[in-house]
Amino acid sequence: MKLRLETAAMDALTVRLFDTIDEGNMGWIMAADTALRRAFGESLIDLVPSYTTLLVHYDCRVLDFAEATSRIRASLSGLTPVDTHNGRLHDIPVWYDASVGPELPVVAQRIGISVDALIARHCGHDYCVFALGFAPGYGFMGLVEEALATPRLKTPRQRVAAGSVGIAERQTAIYPLLSPGGWNILGRTAVPLFEYAKRGEPLFQPGDKVRFKAIDKAEFEAAGGDTTPLEERA
Amino acid sequence: MSQGSIIVTQAGPLALVQDGGRFGVAHLGFTQGGAADWISYRWANWLLGNALDCAALEIVMGGNLTLESDVSVCLALAGADLGAELGGKPLAPNAPFTLRPGQSLTFRQPKAGLRAYLAFPGGLEAPEVLGSKACTAREQIGGLHEDGKPLTQGDQLTWQGVSVLPQRFPADARLPIPSGRCHLPMVLGAQAAHFAGRSLYQAFNQPWTVDQRADRMGIRLTGQALKSDVGGVISEGIPLGAVQVPPDGQPIVLLNDRQTIGGYPRIGALTPSACALLAQCLPGTEIWLQPISATQAQSAHRQQLSAWA
Repeated sequence: MKLRLETAAMDALTVRLFDTIDEGNMGWIMAADTALRRAFGESLIDLVPSYTTLLVHYDCRVLDFAEATSRIRASLSGLTPVDTHNGRLHDIPVWYDASVGPELPVVAQRIGISVDALIARHCGHDYCVFALGFAPGYGFMGLVEEALATPRLKTPRQRVAAGSVGIAERQTAIYPLLSPGGWNILGRTAVPLFEYAKRGEPLFQPGDKVRFKAIDKAEFEAAGGDTTPLEERA
Repeated sequence: MSQGSIIVTQAGPLALVQDGGRFGVAHLGFTQGGAADWISYRWANWLLGNALDCAALEIVMGGNLTLESDVSVCLALAGADLGAELGGKPLAPNAPFTLRPGQSLTFRQPKAGLRAYLAFPGGLEAPEVLGSKACTAREQIGGLHEDGKPLTQGDQLTWQGVSVLPQRFPADARLPIPSGRCHLPMVLGAQAAHFAGRSLYQAFNQPWTVDQRADRMGIRLTGQALKSDVGGVISEGIPLGAVQVPPDGQPIVLLNDRQTIGGYPRIGALTPSACALLAQCLPGTEIWLQPISATQAQSAHRQQLSAWA
């Protein structure tokens, strides 16, 4: 960890702790998150942690640039990482099927394995939640094993159904609500991520772990899943 | 609770319930939202004697949005001149006025600026989501029906107060409505180092044109391409006004409804006042970026805020 402060805007600073994506970053990022919230208190407007950085948006009516900078430095000196093993593990049931996950066969073929093997491998790893963003409740997770890494679609879809589970390069994620998107969609979950987020209690927090579990169509429907094929929503 | 209500008899292309914005939840992925021209929005509330962050209507373009009231109600309009007509007669912005039963208030098309703000006694009534009434289409939250949708025909508007303290718009007050050369102050960000010296020079020494691809999420600028030595960066939090430069070299200024994190290199960020001005620019408007330090920008910002103190 090495601390660098960068000007992001008139009243926002980027706190840069790392240069590369690594699960080991998360304990530091979370510790910095807590320390910064404590140091800024009411003068903090928003704090957005991500893979390697935290964006501090402060109230410049209360703190000027120099004060904000020194407050960040003071609060982060002597920082020790939090234990991310205490993060929650979420089991997310997914119906992997070409009708709701059109790239399931495409990705399998691209890397030369069967669809079943692809499902087993996507489910065979506990993914770290690196950051929340893009949409409410959307968690950027990784890392997908190198062999499965697949580039984004050349042309993003206008409409990706809520609950769609996708991969892009070595990342994986779930779309909380109907939105445009360019990730490779493999299946769908009935877990209502957006509903959690809207209550201000998102299911995933940075540092949590997510394990996907394959279920069949009947289980998916029983959980309240919408079986409308993805492309029919386009 | 208001005594009466206003009905939307004809919907324009885009009229949204907005307030000061949704803060403190960006880490959950919620965008800031709020009035894109926050200065005119505050003036609209100020003209009625409202708290400055009361919910109001952000009316974009006009497009024959028509409102009718079943009671006499004092409202205030500030910001763009959208050719408003009250009972068939022209209504100039930046003043309180009374809408009487049987009269209609119609917004035609932009004459100067793009967004007008209509304030209501004590603020518009709308459900609050995570501390704000700001309407965000992409997130399907906020607005009259909590679905992020703009006003539609038949919508009923009610307001929270009964009386107002109408104010006269100060003669020396200035609104962010473009006229002539548009200068937008920008605080250089650390990633500016990724842009070649020539590109940095070009950023500030050529006119940029506001593109058609413009909405509350972001506004594209077109001009001679800027070249960065990185195609993308690891996704990180994005502030209001961030000027991101995708590989095609044409900058996008990210506004109130921007995604909370993103991965394009950024040359800097416009000041909040510059964002307000840009949000009032019609496509085709020529703008110039102007470097400013964070410290200078903060003093200018405090001075702007003192207008309402």
